[in-house]
Amino acid sequence: MSNTITFMIDGVEIEGKPGQTIMQAADEAGIYIPRLCAFKGLSPYGACRVCTVMVNGRPQAACTQPVAPGTVVENDTERLQHLRGNIVEMMFVEGNHYCMFCEKSGNCELQAMAYRFGIAAPKYPYLFPERDVDASHPDILIDRNRCILCGRCIRASSDLDGKNVFQFVGRGKDKQIAVNAEARLADTDIDVTDQAVSSCPVGAILKKRVGYAVPIGERLYDHKPIGSDIEAARTAGS
Amino acid sequence: MAKPKVATTSLCGCFGCHMSLLDIDDRILKLVELIEFHKSPINDIKKFTARCAIGLIEGGCCNDENVHVLQDFRKNCDILISVGDCAIMGGIPAMRNTIPLKECLEEAYLNGPTVYNPSGQIPNDPEIPLLLKQVYPCNEVVKIDYHLPGCPPPADTIWEALVALLTDKPVDLPYELIKYD
Repeated sequence: MSNTITFMIDGVEIEGKPGQTIMQAADEAGIYIPRLCAFKGLSPYGACRVCTVMVNGRPQAACTQPVAPGTVVENDTERLQHLRGNIVEMMFVEGNHYCMFCEKSGNCELQAMAYRFGIAAPKYPYLFPERDVDASHPDILIDRNRCILCGRCIRASSDLDGKNVFQFVGRGKDKQIAVNAEARLADTDIDVTDQAVSSCPVGAILKKRVGYAVPIGERLYDHKPIGSDIEAARTAGS
Repeated sequence: MAKPKVATTSLCGCFGCHMSLLDIDDRILKLVELIEFHKSPINDIKKFTARCAIGLIEGGCCNDENVHVLQDFRKNCDILISVGDCAIMGGIPAMRNTIPLKECLEEAYLNGPTVYNPSGQIPNDPEIPLLLKQVYPCNEVVKIDYHLPGCPPPADTIWEALVALLTDKPVDLPYELIKYD
């Protein structure tokens, strides 16, 4: 018995294990908590705050908050979905997200999150920031216009690839992803098979010569909202 | 009772959203039973002479004429709908927003690799609408009531939204009809 921790999410009793985060326990129980910076195999980071839940009435990031016995967690409430939607809208207006020609469209987690929240248009004014592209590498390109600063590539490079290709530089609105070289991505030891490349949730880090490989209608989020796979486990189990 | 009037316009757009409207195929026959087209490039009516129930806006605002047309639509329509990504966020034309206007014009008329312009003039006739410093999404210029994203929005999206509004039902589009590409 000491190996399970019982707590509540939206009135449902969940059993977690010691050391698990709320998100990990929820995933196993088939309850989807929206997230962008969290990624299987990477250490929790708490950057995007899209996974914000109320823990005993206080907002916490579900990806970093450990499970604790008897806690009451709110996840799928109107207020939280509204706040999460606002975060996603802010990500859209503070970058340059041209979905119409982005190769990631249809498989993009930011776009899919906006679809899941039913966002037709952001309510905030667009900033149209000036961001640069690094296409120096023969197989990989960085388009900072699309970067949402989730830090997945940084963690994947150091934790999974055993390299240290990416880092953040700058603060506030000037924060951006930088490469560990004098100037260009081509000067780093990154390889196209690195998990840092495939971990990008948006079209900011792309493999070259892939293009629009999957036709419209067959892409990851064309028919089913993001998180459906996690929720399917619950419907099947109960 | 007179049929409700619908006006449409293409501001800084490519007419792709109007093409998508026509892509409702034979449902266009049902549509003209429900509505009457007023000011629109479809029938070439140029001026508002009656109150319209719905105005469909394609494209963002890149010059002063776009702004005037959009304000005219707001004045004459009960409901304004931004149709497509250009109306919603500026779209492809908004890619110039990170480049100073002077540089854009010089690239287009003086320095571009395929430019032939021996007089070295940048068009500046008073008849030509004046370009704005940047391309603006429509809802940053006037109040917009509904947004139909997509490049273009699928014909079904436009159809479902129009039918819902014309039959006094909430515009509650299914997951597959809200797409940004």
